[in-house]
Amino acid sequence: MLSRVAENIYWMARHIERAENMARLIKVNTFLLLDLPKKVALGWTPLLAITGASELFYKRYKEPGERQVTKFLMVDETNPGAILPALRAARENGRTIRDIIPREAWELINELYLQSRDNINQALTKNGRHIYLNQIISSSQTLSGLLSGTMNHDAGYQFLCVGRSMERADMTTRIIDVRSADMLPKQTEESITYENIQWMGVLKSLTAYQMYRRSMQVRIHRGTVLRFLFQNQEFPRSVLHCVREVERGVNQIGSDRFTLQILERAKTSLLDTEVTSLDAKALHSYVDSVQLDLINLHNALAKAYFLPINE
Amino acid sequence: MSTNWQDYRATPAYDELIQEDGTPRLAANILVQYLASMEQQDLRARQAAAEVAMKEMGVTFTVYSQEEGTIDRAWPFDIIPRIIAKTEWDRIELGLKQRVHALNLFINDLYHASRILKDGIFPAEVLANSVNFRSQCIGISPPLDIWAHICGSDLVRDADGTFYVLEDNLRVPSGVSYMLENRLVTKRVFPELFEDYAPLPVDDYPSQLFDTLAALSPYPGERPEVVVLTPGIYNSAYFEHAYLAQQMGCELVEGRDLVVDDDDVVYKRTVRGLQRVDVIYRRIDDLFMDPEAFRADSLLGVKGLMRAWRAGKVALSNAPGAGVADDKVVYAFVPEIIKYYLDEDPIIPNVPTYRCLYLDEREYVLANLDKLVVKPANESGGYGMLMGPFSSKAERERFAEQIQANPRNYIAQPTLQISTVPTLVQGQIEPRHVDLRPFILSGERRQVTTGGLTRVALNKGSLVVNSSQGGGSKDTWIVDA
Repeated sequence: MLSRVAENIYWMARHIERAENMARLIKVNTFLLLDLPKKVALGWTPLLAITGASELFYKRYKEPGERQVTKFLMVDETNPGAILPALRAARENGRTIRDIIPREAWELINELYLQSRDNINQALTKNGRHIYLNQIISSSQTLSGLLSGTMNHDAGYQFLCVGRSMERADMTTRIIDVRSADMLPKQTEESITYENIQWMGVLKSLTAYQMYRRSMQVRIHRGTVLRFLFQNQEFPRSVLHCVREVERGVNQIGSDRFTLQILERAKTSLLDTEVTSLDAKALHSYVDSVQLDLINLHNALAKAYFLPINE
Repeated sequence: MSTNWQDYRATPAYDELIQEDGTPRLAANILVQYLASMEQQDLRARQAAAEVAMKEMGVTFTVYSQEEGTIDRAWPFDIIPRIIAKTEWDRIELGLKQRVHALNLFINDLYHASRILKDGIFPAEVLANSVNFRSQCIGISPPLDIWAHICGSDLVRDADGTFYVLEDNLRVPSGVSYMLENRLVTKRVFPELFEDYAPLPVDDYPSQLFDTLAALSPYPGERPEVVVLTPGIYNSAYFEHAYLAQQMGCELVEGRDLVVDDDDVVYKRTVRGLQRVDVIYRRIDDLFMDPEAFRADSLLGVKGLMRAWRAGKVALSNAPGAGVADDKVVYAFVPEIIKYYLDEDPIIPNVPTYRCLYLDEREYVLANLDKLVVKPANESGGYGMLMGPFSSKAERERFAEQIQANPRNYIAQPTLQISTVPTLVQGQIEPRHVDLRPFILSGERRQVTTGGLTRVALNKGSLVVNSSQGGGSKDTWIVDA
């Protein structure tokens, strides 16, 4: 398999996953705000922090209101993390590998982008937004199923899974980081209720709520939520699960020693850290170290398998 | 309402299916009867089905637009096939083989002894001014001494029914994928016609192409690693590059996928490291192929590719420099070239061509710009042409200046009455002008596609068949009648 093709499949998967994650994030925030009292509501700024796009946002908009932030995160062409630009990038990646992925998959990606582009106006209304986001989530899921069911599970497919898992792990850590930082400070009766609603929001942003309930069988609580999202072996969006997926893919592609070392280090850190005992500050620096592992992992993958950046 | 063929003939051009008296030509008889029996709405439905099939199969060409970036556009396809009798085709096939044979001898001669220049048959000044002559190729002997392994020659039929060669494309001719896809669509749309007709199959081309390429490998006896080199997704023929790679089971690569090592061997970069490449079907123009040998600013090419080719470590198809014969001024000399190398008369004639290089011919051209088609030597795709009878005075004056400034760069030809084929236009069958591009493969033997790609000018009266300018295409049937 050509390095360029591998890289394109990897990024296509990441871009699709990014669009889907963003859609979930916006959806959940919309509902979360409805549940929180106005005086404690954190509004839309956390979403800007999660995507690391605050600076860019304030260059373009004054107020971080619902209308501005959702527009910025869904369709703003200047924001590379926004849904529509991510879908466009996925489509460009897909176009160059049309001979590798099944034809239907290419058609679905093409259609997903064109539809999302044509329905921008719908996305910008409060009512239409929900339908718009759901469509993106379900198309992304359809694509996963289609690829898993129709594509040879060869090296190309492994790169697809690796890309998807990398993006998932990245998003999970970002969401934990930002959400845990803006938890309400005082431990009053009232704030505890709302804190739990917020952790529930975290789980829901990652479609983890139901699986958390099944797997942990305890009520929503900071420590168990963190353990679930970092260390759960079965939940497909937990950081550990994602890292294991990457490892599985790398082993099938033709393992690279350096990449495996980094994977080993990341896994050890995930398994050995007692996340429940981390206070807000320690958690933040722990997330930083996990993110650093992910960055190193991406660089190792790029070095081992992708085209060199400069001759 | 169904078609009345008596009302169909409206132009003085030769029609490929219908004779002057309104009756069908022999080979087209069944098709014409069949079409006549169909209601307009049925025809429309078939056309719609063809368009859906094209879209589903993803048959597109790429156009670039400012706001959209690249978009794939479906290339218009007309469902009514063009039919050529096999007896007639056999002769054309011979003529094409003869022509490409001579052209390959000509190219090889130019890069070696240049006998044809010394013998005064081909003017040295034409060569000196050629933009496609590559001095880097002098003295190189590619496998089998063949330079143009893939050639696409454009044929047109004039009012008297004679086929002429309009031009030869020896650089990176495209269109063969549409020829293949068109047949598949016709089979879907008119399956019942194939009960009465057995048009000769076209789908052998990808394997013939692969064999032609594989035979060029510098390592005979080993399984050759053949790749298709594309400039990338922004190229208008990207669909075809991907299609041919897929059909031949080869890897589709871009310049950055390849690397030439110090040992002059070409490698592709894979997830398992570097792997040797033996034959490259390159769909990149010479000048962009290798920044080390040609344009240094090319981002599409592979540094050192020429070095590898010169060292005989990799085969390139077409060979660099083959384009020297893909020049509308060289074209004007092809009858002499055939005579010189093969001592034969051309089986398919050239369109009479005035070479602005020669004073007397230039003066004729300048005096008759309103009657002639003027073409620059090195443009393709119908760009930069003057269609005399349809031009404005200002356009003619501009061309006159350009011709005088650079006479070697222009040729002129009489405006031909190129032939028509019945074509479905908004449910009605009307005549539309067509040309024909067969593809000729040259390797251990020479092979010609059965028929080729028929391009049709969809606008009424238009003679321009190019995809970029309102052209579409048709399936082409060679029928043993």
